[in-house]
Amino acid sequence: MPRCQRKKSRAGFGKDLISIRDLSKGEVELFLSEAARMEKLLGMPGCELLKGKVVANMFYEPSTRTNMSFQAATKRLGAKIMTFYPTTSSAAKGETLADTIRMIDGYADAIVLRHPLEGAARFAADLSEHPVINAGDGGNQHPTQTLIDLYSIKKLKGKIAGLNVSLLGDLKHARAMRSLLYGLGMFGAKVTLISPPALRMDEDIIEETKRKFGADVSQTASIDLSGCDVLYVCRIQKERFSDPYEAEKMQKEFRVDLELLSSAPKDLAILHPLPKVDEIPPEVDADPRAKYFEQAKNGVPVRMAVLKLCLGV
Amino acid sequence: MMPLNVQKISDGSVVDHIAAGAGSKVLAILSSSHPIEGMAALIINAPSKKLGRKDIVKIENVFIDETTANKIALIAPKATVNIIRGGEVVDKHHVEMPKTLSGLLSCPNPKCITNSEKAKTSFSLEESGSMRCRHCERLFKPEELV
Repeated sequence: MPRCQRKKSRAGFGKDLISIRDLSKGEVELFLSEAARMEKLLGMPGCELLKGKVVANMFYEPSTRTNMSFQAATKRLGAKIMTFYPTTSSAAKGETLADTIRMIDGYADAIVLRHPLEGAARFAADLSEHPVINAGDGGNQHPTQTLIDLYSIKKLKGKIAGLNVSLLGDLKHARAMRSLLYGLGMFGAKVTLISPPALRMDEDIIEETKRKFGADVSQTASIDLSGCDVLYVCRIQKERFSDPYEAEKMQKEFRVDLELLSSAPKDLAILHPLPKVDEIPPEVDADPRAKYFEQAKNGVPVRMAVLKLCLGV
Repeated sequence: MMPLNVQKISDGSVVDHIAAGAGSKVLAILSSSHPIEGMAALIINAPSKKLGRKDIVKIENVFIDETTANKIALIAPKATVNIIRGGEVVDKHHVEMPKTLSGLLSCPNPKCITNSEKAKTSFSLEESGSMRCRHCERLFKPEELV
């Protein structure tokens, strides 16, 4: 039987989650509506939707939110979690990813994979009979983060279509921003990309989003938050600069502080994929418009929905 | 100007209508796909009604197959391939940019998993004319792949 049929189930999504680009709008809506159901389940103890299932968490790179929220989601659904530690496993002896995946595929019902190399999750999915969930593959994709972002926006604003959403920061290097632009375009938001000229988003993803969805996307290097519904901030990745002073200068210009927010709309929602460093100073955390911790909390119901649907339950 | 004559071949392939400057790359593709044991000629900057200037590659005893023609299309999308047998042109066709290219080329992105693990590469043609790697999802201009 072909592998895709083995993975496919009559119920739910029942397959790998590798890239936001693989999903139709209907499939994204399915994840979002399932996440809303999962959020209601959080308050009810003893959920056994995935009882008897084993999920393998394979993180080849450091992670706090993604790793912990996948663990929490697995446990909240009544499944068991198996954690893979690359530094103390045979990966440290040079075992290939292919061999590791083939082996873990024999132990688990689903594999959650974060890997520094781009395309690692798709490669793993080609080898695995069980669903593979991409938890970040280098600078490429992080589809569950995009689902969390879309879920958070929809929950906060009641809709995505027609919203004015500004993405601010290092749009060149942040994978979350590229996938989010695609998702926002899919749902008809009006997007303004705000970044230093040197850190603009790659034209190819902007053009693809415009071409596929007829999305309204504009670019600017100056911050103007009038009429903005959602401000999504990401950090300037200083480690990518050869001149730390230049990075510091850009960070100061693109800092979201209380002074900037004093003229911003009262109903603005500020989101951030976290970790935040100094692009949003700590005093902003107390501003009611700061919604990034709530956004991170949404990671659990969204990843519960992902696990449930990918397992075809 | 004295005409420049290059000997005709009786059996082999002629790749014509290569954009000026790309001929050496076409020859490199041919030599990587087929061992060159006979004569080969690279004519550069030949006058062309269609292109203004063009390159031409003639190669003896090599009969270009579809796989090699697909690779040639990446850098010379307007090229024509002539198959010569017994001094006669027995087949003439335009190369076509393939919709997908699997297992033929490596991904130029050093961070792509296909450069670290034994993975079959696959590139698909986008509307923009660029090729997208199935694994790392990056876009490349066709000529970047060869």
